[in-house]
Amino acid sequence: MANVSIQQVHKRYDDFHAVKGVSLEIKDKEFLVLVGPSGCGKTTTLRMVAGLESITEGKILIGNTVVNDLPPMDRDIAMVFQNYALYPHMTVFDNMAFGLKMRKFDKTEIKKRVDNAADILGIKDHLTRKPRQLSGGQRQRVALGRAIVRNPQVFLFDEPLSNLDAKLRVQMRVEIKKLHQRLATTSIYVTHDQIEAMTLGDRVVVMKDGLIQQVGEPLELYNNPANRYVAGFIGSPAMNFAAVTIKDAGGALMAENEAMRIRVPDALKARLAPHAGKPATLGIRPEDLRMANGQDPADLTFEAIVEVAEQLGSEVILDLTAGTSSMVASVEPTVRVRPQEKVRLAISPAGLRFFDATTELAI
Amino acid sequence: MIEGAIWRKWVFFYLPLALFLIFLLFPFYWMVITTFRPDNELYIAWRRPNYAPFWTWNPTLDHIKYLFRETAFLTWLYNTMFIALCSTLISLFCGVLAGYALSRLSFPFAGGLGTMIFITYLVPQTLLFIPLSDIIRNYKLGDTPWSLILTYPTFLIPFCTWLMMGYFKAIPKELEECARIDGASRWKAMVYIIIPVAVPGILSAGIFAFTLSWNEFIYALVFLSSPQQKTVPVGVVSELIRGDVFFWGALMAGALLGSIPVAIAYSFFVEHYVSGLTGSVKG
Amino acid sequence: MAVTATFEAATTGGEKRPTPKWRPLENERWLAALLLLPTMVLLGLFIAYPFVKGILLSVSSARVGVPGEYVGLANFERLLSDPIFSMVVRNTVWYTLITTIFKLALGLWLALLLNRNFRFKAFTRAFILLPFIIPTVLSTFAWKWMFDPTFSVLNWFILQMCWAKVWVMGLFGIEPAKTCFAAAQFNWLGDGDLAMWAIIVVNIWRGIPFFAISLLAGLQTISPDLNEAAAIDGAKPWQRFIHITWPLLLPVTMVVVLFSVIQTFADFQIVYVMTGGGPANATHLFATYAYQLGVGTGLLSQGAAISLAMFPILFAIVIVQLLYIRRVETR
Repeated sequence: MANVSIQQVHKRYDDFHAVKGVSLEIKDKEFLVLVGPSGCGKTTTLRMVAGLESITEGKILIGNTVVNDLPPMDRDIAMVFQNYALYPHMTVFDNMAFGLKMRKFDKTEIKKRVDNAADILGIKDHLTRKPRQLSGGQRQRVALGRAIVRNPQVFLFDEPLSNLDAKLRVQMRVEIKKLHQRLATTSIYVTHDQIEAMTLGDRVVVMKDGLIQQVGEPLELYNNPANRYVAGFIGSPAMNFAAVTIKDAGGALMAENEAMRIRVPDALKARLAPHAGKPATLGIRPEDLRMANGQDPADLTFEAIVEVAEQLGSEVILDLTAGTSSMVASVEPTVRVRPQEKVRLAISPAGLRFFDATTELAI
Repeated sequence: MIEGAIWRKWVFFYLPLALFLIFLLFPFYWMVITTFRPDNELYIAWRRPNYAPFWTWNPTLDHIKYLFRETAFLTWLYNTMFIALCSTLISLFCGVLAGYALSRLSFPFAGGLGTMIFITYLVPQTLLFIPLSDIIRNYKLGDTPWSLILTYPTFLIPFCTWLMMGYFKAIPKELEECARIDGASRWKAMVYIIIPVAVPGILSAGIFAFTLSWNEFIYALVFLSSPQQKTVPVGVVSELIRGDVFFWGALMAGALLGSIPVAIAYSFFVEHYVSGLTGSVKG
Repeated sequence: MAVTATFEAATTGGEKRPTPKWRPLENERWLAALLLLPTMVLLGLFIAYPFVKGILLSVSSARVGVPGEYVGLANFERLLSDPIFSMVVRNTVWYTLITTIFKLALGLWLALLLNRNFRFKAFTRAFILLPFIIPTVLSTFAWKWMFDPTFSVLNWFILQMCWAKVWVMGLFGIEPAKTCFAAAQFNWLGDGDLAMWAIIVVNIWRGIPFFAISLLAGLQTISPDLNEAAAIDGAKPWQRFIHITWPLLLPVTMVVVLFSVIQTFADFQIVYVMTGGGPANATHLFATYAYQLGVGTGLLSQGAAISLAMFPILFAIVIVQLLYIRRVETR
């Protein structure tokens, strides 16, 4: 059983509290992604699982074993680094064989495993080359191969795709996903890219300032963000936020500010009722906005001025100003607008989200 | 870039460069030419009209023969080589280990120790030679090569350490972390991964230490006394001058032949030497 | 693959908490201590110990074979009233100052010349380092031979120049004041001032390569974009040097000057071979005087005192320069 249990783990450096009580249960064979901005503690947490950082407080278990005091080499894990960390003076074969040599495997077994891994990753022709003769993508494959041959209980990934160019990144993303489907090893993957998180993770953990903001399946995070931060982090372009006041208007609840007056959908009325008369934050994703077509009810539309229109071919991204707030809308590619033109946008009510103005939690 | 006319290039570039080269290399030319000129051509005063110092039509090997027959020059060469190699190896050993510890391990007083080692580099040999000579005598090491093999590292190790620190720092720590996850202990990671990657640095430190060893004089002068034990610089100074008489031919032959081993070693490692020199200054 | 460790009885809820094998080398502190041990031993035995012993010697009346007794600061007081010592101090300061200035200027010039691509650049660079590589004692002998009053090739050269000048002057009908033989008569090593210039020349000769190659490395870290941008902005080469090149070169320059000053201040080999400190102590430096007293005449304690007298000055120079370097680097 290769589950990983992180229990109330803290990490303190002198006076800097990097990880503040993180708890996670990672199931066997699960691919878990830790995502967040730089400095949020995701890499530190990963390194504590690896044994490269000491654990200030709390417990980490791999399988049934508490690994707090075990050095990295005794934890039965493998790690793929952002800048590959290939041993420059060794051939690809020796790079992949190093771990097995350190553990005193015999030569035939080593050859078998290395050849097998090279086969899976398509680098069989490169076994005698040195890292400097390989391209970025090939080097990353060797790094993956090095991890695979060891057959560890857990794979750890530290932003492995960040050093690759955009096209290669997409390719390698698919490779990693296929690899996981094939090998089914428990994996913990750290990235700052929410697209990687959404596409690769069985479950995604959003972190900020050393704390977990939300844990859940990708779609769950997209549809039901627990707080404003997660809502703004997941999804690209990011969710729009507007400061509004919730007003009681004779039976219906309205979210109002100087630019818009939106009716709160019935589904959310009960939850928002206690906030009547108080400020709140309204959230709506760009893809849930479209050009109003005259038949939309007025209380689900608002006016805005177009600042910039970005034509992408598959969609048009409009940068708008509504009152004092900026908004982004993602509309059909056939839309033609001019800068400074006033437009009316319709909101898809299913996409409305509200957040408490002070706690920023989802209402 | 020197823009403009060709004459500017000649005046501002080629000419000064040529002058520098002549200035820097002339003494070696002088060494060579004196070695092969017979005595009767050498000892002509500069006032005399037949003073023709730059060439000879009667080259002779007499001075070189004198050097090998009348002095223990070969022994000196061997001594100097032996001492230089041993001190270089010792210093590299200490310097590589110390450089690794100071640059890649964290432990209390790391900064303080590093500064201390740097400071010892700034303590010149001429400051320590008198008390050291006493210590050497007390330990009965006087007049043996060991007096030098053990004391040369004092000025070689700080330099090697500093140089290796620079090279080690440039190696990403992920390399070591990966090795440790792969199953290597810290020690094995150092030996199998970090040190092999730092080989260029080791070569730089090595050639630099080697040339510094050859160049050392005052310790060798003070600690060695019998002709059989002397190093080349000391031997040339003490055995080729009888009272006030300088045997210039043999002296220059000694100087020339004494310089050749270092020059040859240097020529194989020029790039490493230069990067060692510049690394120590930029670090 | 199993986790390799010894296992204890289970703790809570079926967990196993293994005690890891005792690997002392895994501990950073133990490993560091082990790795630093050989260095510390060697440096302790052969630098720290002699340094302390040197201090003890200098406050005693020891001579070779005679342990002597504690005399406090008597040796140092004697130095203060020793006319030779004040000469030594003047000589050393002058020697260090002049050579450093020239080495810096000429080394910088050479570095600037080398900082462009030309054929045989690698060869030139390799040859230029030779004065620094070849054992100083040996190359100084070549210079001594060149400076010999009777056989000096330099005097011969000056003689030729003088004759050329006389010939040119003769075209204008001007008579020279004295004969060329007299004019070229430089007794390099027999005249106090000339001897000092002689050793200065040799020191500069040896030091230029070190300055040139180090400064060249510094120059090569300055991106050519900066100079090009300045040129487009209208700066002339001299201005570009002062405002861009020199400030960016300052950190490297300070380090090079630091090393050079220390080595020059404590110099021994050049003076020992060229003049032995003469004529009439005109070229005596700290190191050669200490050698003469300590080893030559066996007055160990006085020799030690002279050596140690170097230390405060060296220390001050080091501190000043380190502070300057730190300031330059954090600007």
